[in-house]
Amino acid sequence: MTLALTGSKKAIRSPEAVKLKPQLVRVLGVAALCAGLSMPVLAAGAVAGPAGKLNTIAPDFIRADLSGRPLRLDQFRGRVVLLNFWATWCGPCIEEIPLFSRWQRQFGDAGLQIIGVSMDDDEAAVKHFLAKHSVPYPILMGDAKLGESFGGVFGLPQSFLIDARGRIVFRSVGEPNIEALRSQIEDLIGIH
Amino acid sequence: MKPLVITTVLAFCIGMGCIFGTSAVGAPRVPASSIPAADLLEPASFAETLQSNSAARPLILQVGFRKLFDEAHIVSAEYAGPGNESDGLAVLRERVAKLPKDSAIVIYCGCCPWGKCPNIGAAFAELRALGFGNVKALYIPHDLGTDWIEKGYPVTRGG
Repeated sequence: MTLALTGSKKAIRSPEAVKLKPQLVRVLGVAALCAGLSMPVLAAGAVAGPAGKLNTIAPDFIRADLSGRPLRLDQFRGRVVLLNFWATWCGPCIEEIPLFSRWQRQFGDAGLQIIGVSMDDDEAAVKHFLAKHSVPYPILMGDAKLGESFGGVFGLPQSFLIDARGRIVFRSVGEPNIEALRSQIEDLIGIH
Repeated sequence: MKPLVITTVLAFCIGMGCIFGTSAVGAPRVPASSIPAADLLEPASFAETLQSNSAARPLILQVGFRKLFDEAHIVSAEYAGPGNESDGLAVLRERVAKLPKDSAIVIYCGCCPWGKCPNIGAAFAELRALGFGNVKALYIPHDLGTDWIEKGYPVTRGG
């Protein structure tokens, strides 16, 4: 069984473009082509439907984060929690972390709490990563049991957005639709 | 240097900057795209094979992370270590060490989107380098949950 993994590309020409100097047009054209080659990957974000535990109360858990502090999910009732399952070897996961760090700094005072759950098999790899990257939210080690309690984390990255009452209101699977996720967070914490 | 060459080089750099500034973080060392299309299996087709009583089952090896395997794996699959780690490839080599080179083997990962998977390409290349010619890779475009479990294909929950 073979698969056809080909796509099509269409060039878009605007009236303004033809007025540009030919040299500039060449620069922009080749640059756009190079950038365009990456778009199928970058645009592949998807938000899953009502799978797993969506619209139910998030299962409570108690774990120590990687700095050794005990962390219980229910201690964040009253805040909006973004529970992000990730791993150091997962490219899309690593791409999210600077954004999530920015959101934590930007929206933390408004009630957002991000929690990272590493699904790495090796805790040392996570500690090594955190030594090199400043992440302003707690990271803990996950396992199959924790994943199963959320309906199954069968791929990364995967995030659950939990409202102030502890209900899972949004689930993002794979490369996230950032705008949709941000919009959900802003709705929940009342910022627009 | 001629203007045409300068502009072409400049344009290439801008374009590549767009790519590597965003999507290449954590890029797999052996990309999944290195696997020939002829050696890919579609999930629906493979699920049909597994559900058939008459079809011979290949050896199915999961080459991703252990926690995913422990949560759920394709029925009758065995864990063979993550393809992106040398220790993982050692587990894979050991598992196939005594098999005939024409053994039917299907590998899969499903840890993350196909284009970002760090495991499947390396595991496939390793098996080919060992001389296994009848190896197929299960093409999982999104992840195991989306492309296999949620479709109701045969799965074993728990490790």
